Amino acid sequence: MSSTPNPVWSNRAIKWVDRRMPIFTLMYNELVVYPAPRNLNYWWNFGSLAGIALVILIFSGIFLAMYYVPHEDMAFASIERIMRDVNYGWLIRFIHMNTVSLFFLCVYIHIFRGMYYGSYKAPRELLWGIGVIIYLVMVGTAFLGYVLPWGQMSFWAATVITSLVTPIPWVGEDLAIWLWGGFGVNNATLQRFFSLHYLFPMVIFALVFLHLWALHTTKSNNPLGVEVKKKADTLPFHPYYTMKDAFGLGVALIALAFFVFFAPNYFNHAINYVQADPMVTPEHIVPEWYFLPFYAILRAVPDKLGGVVLMFLSIAIWLALPWLDTSKVRSGRFRPLFKWFFWLLVIDFCILTWLGAMPAEGAYVTMGQWATAYYFAHFILILPLLGWFEKTKPVPESISAAVTAGHDKEAAA
Amino acid sequence: MSQAANPAGNDGGTTRRDFLLYASAGLGAVGTALAVWPFLDSMNPAKDVMALAVIEVDLSPIAVGQAITVTWRGKPVFVRHRTQDEIDQARSVSMSALKDPQPDEERAPRPEWLVQIGICTHLGCIPKGQKPSDPKGDYNGWFCVCHGSHYDTSGRIRKGPAPTNMVVPQYAFLDDTTIQIGEE
Ligand code: HEM
Ligand code: FES
Repeated sequence: MSSTPNPVWSNRAIKWVDRRMPIFTLMYNELVVYPAPRNLNYWWNFGSLAGIALVILIFSGIFLAMYYVPHEDMAFASIERIMRDVNYGWLIRFIHMNTVSLFFLCVYIHIFRGMYYGSYKAPRELLWGIGVIIYLVMVGTAFLGYVLPWGQMSFWAATVITSLVTPIPWVGEDLAIWLWGGFGVNNATLQRFFSLHYLFPMVIFALVFLHLWALHTTKSNNPLGVEVKKKADTLPFHPYYTMKDAFGLGVALIALAFFVFFAPNYFNHAINYVQADPMVTPEHIVPEWYFLPFYAILRAVPDKLGGVVLMFLSIAIWLALPWLDTSKVRSGRFRPLFKWFFWLLVIDFCILTWLGAMPAEGAYVTMGQWATAYYFAHFILILPLLGWFEKTKPVPESISAAVTAGHDKEAAA
Repeated sequence: MSQAANPAGNDGGTTRRDFLLYASAGLGAVGTALAVWPFLDSMNPAKDVMALAVIEVDLSPIAVGQAITVTWRGKPVFVRHRTQDEIDQARSVSMSALKDPQPDEERAPRPEWLVQIGICTHLGCIPKGQKPSDPKGDYNGWFCVCHGSHYDTSGRIRKGPAPTNMVVPQYAFLDDTTIQIGEE
């Protein structure tokens, strides 16, 4: 896919393999000489970081699965055993738990990065769409995993979330029974959730390869949003971006280690260390932080089916983004009005996150409704209209022109 | 479908080859769908789960104003010995004020006993209101803390996101102080 000639391998073993299956050539072209825009900033770190988080999750998960017992009578105790008796079990579990937060944080930054710099615009619609699907499967995986420790929050999260299908006309009730394998969340539910929690990360892994395939076909967008036009616009991926990614990884791992060692349950809920009781609902059912904005949208609607539909639409609408944003200019940097609305959306998203954790009563409900309305207005009103009314700033003629002549801030970054 | 390179093709229009192709693809699709069904159905409740549980509940220890929760098919069933006040409240409501109109007489044929599945019809939490110290919501019945659904003294939804009243299971009085929940 790169314009450089294929490498000539001197090592005979590599040569032998490469002649029969050019995997070394592929890696050389896609990871070493791969031409990346020379002006990528640190917001471009979060894709590879998310990928590493995925690998950490799969790795730690496989070891957890060696001791975890998916049974309603034993699951909770088996987690306690991992925590107390299994050598370094506590470490492996805390790594798994906290890396989920790191994973979601990276992916949210990655998604909003794409929104700011218009990375979803032609020709990257498919790349963007595959990303949204990866996010959806992640949501499913994290939900399934959260049920496994079989604490109170696990059980009731499972109940509330699986019940989301019940308002579907005609088939809702039967669908819920099918999901549960019983008349409510029960042992059969736990066992299938474990089976699927093992499967979904592999599906994500495969989807990541499709994502990268699309990426290496269209190439990366960049902070200026102008396409690469000549060689001077690019740098070879290695060592420039391997190093930049490695530095970001170091920072992320320090943050991860801080939580793993000093605040391992910061993102967890104490009530999940109480074993599941199908007869008692906890006072406050609060999802994990990464689901809060969507939970707030669910609760903003006083109608059962309406709430569920709106919640799914709030993510599905990202798929339509390439067509909702009518502006010809890609990067937010040259869109003076869009810039403001982008940050308003970020603030709105944070408010929704906060509201998702609040009890569903009084002023919180009203605020949730406004925040939800604004969220959708951004996508179906503001973005389409901005493209017509906004007077954009002049876009540089090429990356290298902007970087060398303009001494753009990017050059320093 | 018919390519110029296809020796048996006529120029445009449907050929016998096209027909064979569609027929075999269609049959393959139907066959695959049929083969998938056993896997999907395997996720439905197994036979032992389906074997209907029937339970008997002794009502004699439940004093007026008290409530107990029993388990049936893994679900909580609320049995409430209602006070005259609660009965009056439930029966004086006009049907037009209800989101899911249903007369109390239908829900509690013996007015002092209300038997219902204690699961919020919104997303399945167990509403508060069984214990004297519990919040009972704006209608003096049950309150679901999950997303704020209020139920009245008949277990009917009055306010909040739940769409329907709490479900009254199939039950029968065996004698004055014993009920049997579930079908025989
Ligand atoms: C996309 C990748 C993954 C995500 C987002 C994820 C998410 C989660 C979450 C949120 C939990 C609950 C943590 C807790 O509260 O204790 C969990 C637990 C668990 N996961 Fe994963 N996981 C992933 C990959 C895997 C893989 C590949 C396995 C391998 C089988 C696995 C095995 C387990 C096990 C056994 C548990 C229960 C132990 C525990 O609760 O710590 N996970 N996962
Ligand atoms: S589950 Fe009761 S209000 Fe949502």
